[in-house]
Amino acid sequence: MIPEIGHFALILALLVALVQGTFPIIGAARRNSVWMGLAVPAARAQFFLVATAFFCLAYAFASMDYSVTYVATNSNSKLPLQYRIAAVWGGHEGSLLLWAFILNVWTVAVSFFSKHLPDQLRARILGIMGLISIGFILFMLTVSNPFERLIPAAFDGRDLNPLLQDPGMVFHPPMLYMGYVGFSVAFAFAIAALIGGQLDATWARWSRPWTTLAWVFLTIGIMGGSNWAYYELGWGGWWFWDAVENASFMPWLVGTALIHSLAVTEKRGGFKAWTVLLAICAFSLSLLGTFLVRSGVLTSVHAFATDPRRGLFILMFLVVVIGGSLALFAWRAPKIGRGGMFQVVSRESFLLANNVLLAVAAISVLLGTLYPLFLDALGMGKISVGPPYFDTVFAPLMTPAVFLMGLGTLARWKKAELPELSIRLRWAFGVSLATALILPFILGHWTPMIGLGLFLAFWIFTTTVNLLINQLKSNQLSLIFKIKSIPRSWWGMVVAHLGIGFFVLGVTIVKGYESETAVKMLPGDVAHLAGFDFTFDGIKEVQGPNYLSEKGQITVSVMGKEKTHLFPEKRLYTVQNMPMTEAGISPGVFNDLYASLGEPLEGGAWSVRIYYKPMVEWIWAGCGLMAIGGLLALSDKRYRMKKRGQILAVENKGVA
Amino acid sequence: MKLKARHKRFILIGIGLALIALAATLILNAFRSNMVFFYTPTQVEKGEVPKDTGFRIGGLVVPGSLKRDDDGLTVHFVITDTSKTVQVIYKGILPDLFKEGKGVVAQGKVDASGLFVASEVLAKHDENYMPPEAAEALKRARENSTSTLVVPK
Repeated sequence: MIPEIGHFALILALLVALVQGTFPIIGAARRNSVWMGLAVPAARAQFFLVATAFFCLAYAFASMDYSVTYVATNSNSKLPLQYRIAAVWGGHEGSLLLWAFILNVWTVAVSFFSKHLPDQLRARILGIMGLISIGFILFMLTVSNPFERLIPAAFDGRDLNPLLQDPGMVFHPPMLYMGYVGFSVAFAFAIAALIGGQLDATWARWSRPWTTLAWVFLTIGIMGGSNWAYYELGWGGWWFWDAVENASFMPWLVGTALIHSLAVTEKRGGFKAWTVLLAICAFSLSLLGTFLVRSGVLTSVHAFATDPRRGLFILMFLVVVIGGSLALFAWRAPKIGRGGMFQVVSRESFLLANNVLLAVAAISVLLGTLYPLFLDALGMGKISVGPPYFDTVFAPLMTPAVFLMGLGTLARWKKAELPELSIRLRWAFGVSLATALILPFILGHWTPMIGLGLFLAFWIFTTTVNLLINQLKSNQLSLIFKIKSIPRSWWGMVVAHLGIGFFVLGVTIVKGYESETAVKMLPGDVAHLAGFDFTFDGIKEVQGPNYLSEKGQITVSVMGKEKTHLFPEKRLYTVQNMPMTEAGISPGVFNDLYASLGEPLEGGAWSVRIYYKPMVEWIWAGCGLMAIGGLLALSDKRYRMKKRGQILAVENKGVA
Repeated sequence: MKLKARHKRFILIGIGLALIALAATLILNAFRSNMVFFYTPTQVEKGEVPKDTGFRIGGLVVPGSLKRDDDGLTVHFVITDTSKTVQVIYKGILPDLFKEGKGVVAQGKVDASGLFVASEVLAKHDENYMPPEAAEALKRARENSTSTLVVPK
């Protein structure tokens, strides 16, 4: 019964989405206020219906209803409740429903916080989001219905892949989707502005907080995914350049370019066409990413052929959305008009250069991700493009980007003086260079990559200090007053840029100084790595809720003094009889100690892998700072500006 | 000397295009030199594989072929596409789902004696999942046991 209610709610949601996607847009063109007025109630009704469908599916999982095919394939009665709920997005159909649900969360948020927008723009934005929703709901109802019944019902479920039975599964996909789908708001703003032909600074100001918020979610989502891979896969890596990761990284790169280009559009009225193009690309890449990860095309392009209708629908949808919006862009963009002029040495041109570098980086990731798929689809052989490709490409692209980042924040709009800049940044450059040349010898050894990484990280730190001093010494007022008078968005920028510095520092140190060893260990054996002694104390059998675990204990000591214990596990998930490695990690500010169990050998010995990961946590701390920076910018008071008595609506935006 | 605004703009566009061309060259070069091709055990047997660069092979682990050296870390096993076999040596810890009789993909080089020295062994996280490369190798071996394979070049 409950699954049928969910199914029915989804059908109703489709009908409402059809109304939301057509009448308001036509109404906006004909200036029919009644038709335009349908947008808000339709958006809210659709939200209610999709939420109902979503909770019906969650209920089916929680109540272990194995007469629903999707539940039976992705859950099991022994699975703990939190993973049964997370299993809602553990497979293809359910993640589409999560996507549609989150799209509706954003849409309903736009419907509440858009009262100050002109009616036409508001109707168009909600209408476009309705059109996107039609695509997803139609996809579910035609070829991937999560509510499909299994007759006769299964006695028990096939279980969620043990790899996904982790707290990461509960938070990571919803965060990532909040980011992906959040770009649909920027996309809808861009398309609505293209249709209406009003692309100005106010448009950029409205669009900016939504884009920043989506970017914050995406940043947190990627950070969570990277951290999850680090402790779950047992290889000690934090980024694998895997197609699934690339799928989330491409929208992030373009989204980062977009939030900066929006800043120029808002402050200087420039880069309008470019901003719109980036908004279209960010959302298109999000769509592509969703489908890459969720259509099974990565496992095998021939999985497409097992259900050709699914593949066809996906391709058609991508062609319509991406092709349609790019065609609209080509048609309307020439009418947008040009932005203000600026000199070669100016903040605009530094931001433009960074935008281009980010876009090129995204294209290079796209090439590395899609080219092997194309070759395979065309039957021209199988190839794989590994991390070396991405590493080779990213270092030369991101080096100038990070360098310009330091310059860009200090340069003036429109026209800056190169001599003045270079005098101001003399000592920043000097300190960074000295650090890059000297610090590695204190830490161990020097390589060009370590030097480069340290230079860039300290370049960010020193230029930020320079920027801070400059902001604070500018006039005679008291320090407290000056700190208070600086807008939050400025602090947001500083914090996010420091995050990049933390990130670069973490990557440099961990890549330069990490070490690992794989050893065969009997209980009592000691392994040595990076000045630490790892004593293998033995294995204990532990019974988990749906697995058996062989839990090892490793005592870490330095010069005979006990430091910490690591508890790596080898689990056997009994439902699918699948072994899983759980790493034992002792995290720290300056280093992580990491151990994972290999396989049992004769005589009670185990093969054990031990890693020393200096400053690896800084990578995620850096991402966290970037997200905090985004949130600070969002809390800026100009987004809470009082406008025609709509204080309340706009003030709530900080919470949205 | 003061350049005209128009000339200045041309020069800038020129520089921009040159930089983008440079980036494109860099990317494509990196791409070409880091592509890893896939071969089947049959192709390895026939010597159709590159001599100095690494590549991937896929197939099934022959049951009973897994042997371990005394250090507990160096393993020997045989990969087959049901038609031909390849001897593999690997030093390191095997992935959780590495099993005799199951699909596997290995990346590495062939040494002078014809032994495949693996730098990486991949097996995915699903009991019944067959790595696409392994499935492909079996399929090709089934389709024709001897000649005219599509060589990915």
